[in-house]
Amino acid sequence: MSMHELMPFLKSLWTVWFFAMFIAAVAWAMWPSRRQNMEEMGRIPLEDDPTRPASKKA
Amino acid sequence: MRFSHAIFEKNAVMLTAAVLLTVAVGGLVEIVPLFTIETTIERVSGVRPYSPLELMGRNIYVREGCYLCHSQQIRPMRDEVERYGPYSLAAESIYDHPFQWGSKRTGPDLARVGGRYSNEWHVLHMVDPRAVVPESIMPSYPFLADRKLETKAIEKHLKANRVVGVPYSDEMIAEARADLEAQANPQSDTEALMKRYPKAVVADFDGNPAKLTEMDALIAYLQVLGTMVDFTEVKPADVKQ
Amino acid sequence: MAGTTTVRTGGGPGEQDYIEDVVRAGVIATIFWGVVAFAAGLYIALQLAFPLLNLGLEWTTFGRLRPVHTSAAIFAFGGNILIATSFYVVQRTCRARLFGGPAPAWFIFWGYQFFIVMAALGYVLGITEGKEYAEPEWYLDLFLTVVWVIYLVVFVGTLLKREEPHIYVANWFYVAFIVTIAMLHIVNNLAVPISPFSSKSYVVWAGVQDALVQWWYGHNAVGFFLTAGFLAMMYYFIPKAADRPIYSYRLSIVHFWSLSFLYIWAGPHHLHYTALPDWAQTLGMTFSIMLWMPSWGGMINGLMTLSGAWDKLRTVPSLRFLVTSVGFYGMSTFEGPVMSIRQVNALSHYTDWTIGHVHSGALGWNAFITFGVLYYLVPVLWRRQRLYSDAMVAWHFWIATLGIVLYITAMWVSGIMQGLMWRAYDELGFLQYAFVETVVAMHPFYVIRAAGGLLFLIGALLMVYNLWRTARGDERAETRAMPALVLRPTA
Repeated sequence: MSMHELMPFLKSLWTVWFFAMFIAAVAWAMWPSRRQNMEEMGRIPLEDDPTRPASKKA
Repeated sequence: MRFSHAIFEKNAVMLTAAVLLTVAVGGLVEIVPLFTIETTIERVSGVRPYSPLELMGRNIYVREGCYLCHSQQIRPMRDEVERYGPYSLAAESIYDHPFQWGSKRTGPDLARVGGRYSNEWHVLHMVDPRAVVPESIMPSYPFLADRKLETKAIEKHLKANRVVGVPYSDEMIAEARADLEAQANPQSDTEALMKRYPKAVVADFDGNPAKLTEMDALIAYLQVLGTMVDFTEVKPADVKQ
Repeated sequence: MAGTTTVRTGGGPGEQDYIEDVVRAGVIATIFWGVVAFAAGLYIALQLAFPLLNLGLEWTTFGRLRPVHTSAAIFAFGGNILIATSFYVVQRTCRARLFGGPAPAWFIFWGYQFFIVMAALGYVLGITEGKEYAEPEWYLDLFLTVVWVIYLVVFVGTLLKREEPHIYVANWFYVAFIVTIAMLHIVNNLAVPISPFSSKSYVVWAGVQDALVQWWYGHNAVGFFLTAGFLAMMYYFIPKAADRPIYSYRLSIVHFWSLSFLYIWAGPHHLHYTALPDWAQTLGMTFSIMLWMPSWGGMINGLMTLSGAWDKLRTVPSLRFLVTSVGFYGMSTFEGPVMSIRQVNALSHYTDWTIGHVHSGALGWNAFITFGVLYYLVPVLWRRQRLYSDAMVAWHFWIATLGIVLYITAMWVSGIMQGLMWRAYDELGFLQYAFVETVVAMHPFYVIRAAGGLLFLIGALLMVYNLWRTARGDERAETRAMPALVLRPTA
């Protein structure tokens, strides 16, 4: 089978594959049990700087 | 500690690998089929490797960054075809290393400029564009007419092109210098040249027979642009991709 | 999570241990190349309005100077801030010194400057590969590859030796930037020199394949150099300057993966209606339109970080630039997908509209976020309480914004007008305008564009002065919206 004939099949396969990857990434990021962990990671930049005022003002 | 460092240390490398995989797939899927699908290049005849003089002219075109203001790619819209000629085929640039399709038309498209203007017009236009087109904003290139064309390495240029896939024969490489000089000299015997490079324009392009200049080479290149394929013989089925 | 906290406050090197000399050098290089890039851009903009400025010399024609402008802007100005901030951010978010110590970092810095200077000299002398945004010849490409591989090793090495358990998302974006650029650079520049002693080479790709490889490279230089790398800056410096975490860390991860997935496919939208087969054009268009979604996800994430704290825009000088840059990011990532639609592209392609689009991204997004980062970083790196003048930041902001507005509106009008003139027919069915008539019609817009560029340059010069006085430790007597920072002695 030539590449030309395979193309339509491959194209639908990519679509499915991409969609699956996207769902996986969203699911991984949004998984409820990971929430706290994630929020903590978001604070990393604010806690890296000993010479600047602490970020807890607000 | 809940997390062992070992796992995360592994993850930094895995993250890098995952990113590389993600981005490599897109390129592979898009680019590889272009090399394997036979229909990418239309089935038309006439396209040949550039003659040595045209090739040197093309290098000057690249060197001066002409592609930054002039495209060489006519799109299949009515106005473009009327303004510039038949729309460009992939087959017409198969020997272009690199391609010079361009992305901006500050000046007009040049894909089919070959044969449109006389050599004399090109010389005047290069030396002072505003002498022939008063409203032009093109830079002037007077130095091209003075500078001797560097031809020492012409065989090497053809050989490097052969390495990247341009079908220059041994004979073409051996005769490269002779062909180069013959094309710029209407008095010379050009039979062998024309056999090797059909439709090559032979002329003293810059009007200065005493010297083979960069102007000669550049105009030789411009005069062959878009002239290789005879569109009166092309059938619709030939250009289907 | 008590253990984690211990690591953050107790473990890891203190501030003195971070390698900052090379970051300071990178900041200076960024400022220097920024001015060069803006000045070169202004000059070539004036050449298009007044062709006599080409001077009739081979070294000063538009064709040779345009790559100087684009390379100075993208690779010198953009590249230096990316390398400098990546060194700064990775050390702090990992609580680790750069892998390998100062020597490899300095090699990367000087190697990169050498690459830039040699490339620019080459352009002026007519040494070019003839591929847009990838003009340097084969020997410089090889040299850059060496520098880049060392850069990757230093960056990933630092990630590996980190004390912080997590890899902060900014570092993900930096990794994507470094790795993808390496891949694009190598594949696009594969070339055969005519001899080991000649600067001239022939790229291995030809014609339609070269076109696709080139725009796969070209568009992903936008995607991973000018977007992913600068998003890394956004994800670190906006939270830092606003002193609050990013709006949604989880959204940032979705942003990262969807951007990496989608961007790489979008290149063929540069080749609509060309000899590139239709299936590739359609693929490029589809993914370009899909890109709109993650791009706006990222924009919302950046902007919403300020939600409930918008007053900081008045009090923190750098935030003004940072936040506006995210707004421009949103604008140009909306305009981009629109322009990738074939029917729109039929009009916009080959015209100044493209140039305007590029500059709303380059000036509004890349340069503005860089200015914001510089206004934040210079006081930190030179241990100053605050900037020399906050008022001058405000002046810089408004002058530069006006410059951008002039630039992109002029290019919209001239681009759309030229596209329409090219396809206009008179009542007899002939093309209405000769090409040169469309050139004449562009002139006023080229003058306005140059005026916009001049304003942008003036703003940047104000910044240079302000930052120089800041580094010297001067403070201008003026009323400020924000009290000076209180520096705590290092623990």
